[in-house]
Amino acid sequence: MSMAGIEGMHDAVARRWPDFFQWLCRAASLAVVGVLLWIFWEIFQQAAPALDKLGLGFLSGASWQPNRDRYGVLPFLVGTGATALIALLLAFPPGLAIAIFLSEDFLPRPVRQCIRFVVELLAAIPSVVYGLWGIFVVIPIVQSLGTWVSERSGGFPLFAGPAYGNSLLTAGIVLALMVLPTITAISRAALVAVPRVLREGAYALGATRWETILGVILPTAAPGVVAATILALGRAMGETMAVAMLIGNSPRLSASLFAPSGTLASLLANQFGEAEGMQVSALMYAALLLVALTLLVNFGGELVLRYTERRTAGIR
Amino acid sequence: MKKLILPAVVFAVGVSMVNGQQLSGAGATFPAPLYQRWAVEYNKQVPSIQVNYQSVGSGAGVKNFLQGVVDFGASDAAMTDEEIADAPRGAVLVPATAGSIVLAYNLPGITNLKLSRAALAGIFLGKITKWNDPAIVGANPGMALPDRPVNVAYRSDGSGTTYVFTQHLSAISPEFDEQIGFDKSVAFPAGIGGKGNEGVTALVKQAPGTIGYVEYGYAEQNGLTVASIENKAGNFIVPTPESGAAALASVELPENLRIWPVDPTTPDAYPITTFTWILLAKKYDDPAKAKALKDFVSYGLTEGQSLSVQLGYIPLPEAVVSRANKALSSVE
Repeated sequence: MSMAGIEGMHDAVARRWPDFFQWLCRAASLAVVGVLLWIFWEIFQQAAPALDKLGLGFLSGASWQPNRDRYGVLPFLVGTGATALIALLLAFPPGLAIAIFLSEDFLPRPVRQCIRFVVELLAAIPSVVYGLWGIFVVIPIVQSLGTWVSERSGGFPLFAGPAYGNSLLTAGIVLALMVLPTITAISRAALVAVPRVLREGAYALGATRWETILGVILPTAAPGVVAATILALGRAMGETMAVAMLIGNSPRLSASLFAPSGTLASLLANQFGEAEGMQVSALMYAALLLVALTLLVNFGGELVLRYTERRTAGIR
Repeated sequence: MKKLILPAVVFAVGVSMVNGQQLSGAGATFPAPLYQRWAVEYNKQVPSIQVNYQSVGSGAGVKNFLQGVVDFGASDAAMTDEEIADAPRGAVLVPATAGSIVLAYNLPGITNLKLSRAALAGIFLGKITKWNDPAIVGANPGMALPDRPVNVAYRSDGSGTTYVFTQHLSAISPEFDEQIGFDKSVAFPAGIGGKGNEGVTALVKQAPGTIGYVEYGYAEQNGLTVASIENKAGNFIVPTPESGAAALASVELPENLRIWPVDPTTPDAYPITTFTWILLAKKYDDPAKAKALKDFVSYGLTEGQSLSVQLGYIPLPEAVVSRANKALSSVE
């Protein structure tokens, strides 16, 4: 087959293939968007009766009593926020430290690759396993530590006992482990993407390695690190199984870290199977909130990432 | 000869699959181990009938049954009148087995705790917060009850177990009835929630001072310490298959066979027990399927009952079995 042959005989075919391929890709991406909207629509439809009946009072109501048809989701909103916050506070410092460590040449490359692989492996562990591990390892620790702290804190509400182990803190600790790989992987990508020119410039001006990292590289990669944190937040908010196993599933508001609580995701996991009538609708309303929140958070993270890419594009 | 055996077996299995009946059921998790055992044992007797039971929860079981997705449903909460009215093929409730719900607790060194009605309700109302509360001490003279906080463990997932347990609490305590009421999931004013019987079991095992409610079979398998509960006659009863059967024998079954021994009056009855029902359609399109279903359930009501004790269930009293069989014969 000569070049002339391709250009001549198969001209039409060669032209049509890219068109077909473009059509296929377009259909696939539209299908994904379509499915997302479809899910949203379906949840919205199911939630409609509860939306009508409960309105915005649903967000501020603090009691969840299916047999009285009283539905207020405030304790679960607070629980969702609090566990995710604890997880980020615990996971961010080590996550970022590991990312810096892996993006610099402190160690030979094979060793770095090995560590990176292990950290990313954390993301591959199923959440049920995290939950079981939490039950057998974290709960006893939180029990003894919590009892010790609450006895000595003189009734400070944040550390009020009794500490039974299934608590906000327990769920937060396990979530921290679960979101660590997200923070590390995306932060590392952002750090590695910082142009060499900047680093060399800093060295040329006489900066030490740490001055370079803290004064030049981190600020440049900051939006990427922020994006990593936001995506981790989304991951922490949506986690279901491990949280349902560890948080103590209580629909009561409490200021204490050692008190049982609940999250939107754990509420859904617990009650959906046996729900009937208005309860189904109220759960769907809660699901709508959860989807909206996680979408917002992920969208925010994505925006920040885009912004980073644009900002550093000039330097590259 | 040997060479012929395998093809012959394969051929036999193939034939039985062709001429056999596949029966599908779904519902309550509580009787699932027993129903699945029945399916295996019955299949040994009648190889042409294969029963597949999925434990998806009572609520889902009723839904699947109403939608006609399965041949039979199973529910700890029976079916409501509206649900029965909604059933396109009609509904027959057949009590198939029964169980006790026990109070498992973790108090090191204490193995024979007695709980009065006031103590039981008080604990789950969140009013009794210490193990050495007079309400608990009163029924246990001479027992060294510790000055520990009482930690309540409940089911966080909706379940028939919670339904039956809160029904009993509502019956013995007007205050509980008014504040909390009964349902498959209720808002307990104190304590922590574990997912499933296994979740509550883990909570009880892990923290001294914890008390929770689980199915009798679960407590047996996991070697949990269980409390004796005061019944209506004022006796403290240890949960056993016999004391459970006494409670079941005390009820007068109504026409639709839907009843809970909410607070039995018999002196030796354990107070927290429940039947669990198999849901059958009044009329099936396929007579062969109807016959296979009836044969299987009938096996469960007769020979199958002997398997229940070893799996931690209560065998049905004679009177209940005969009524259940009568209901079964109305299925076409």
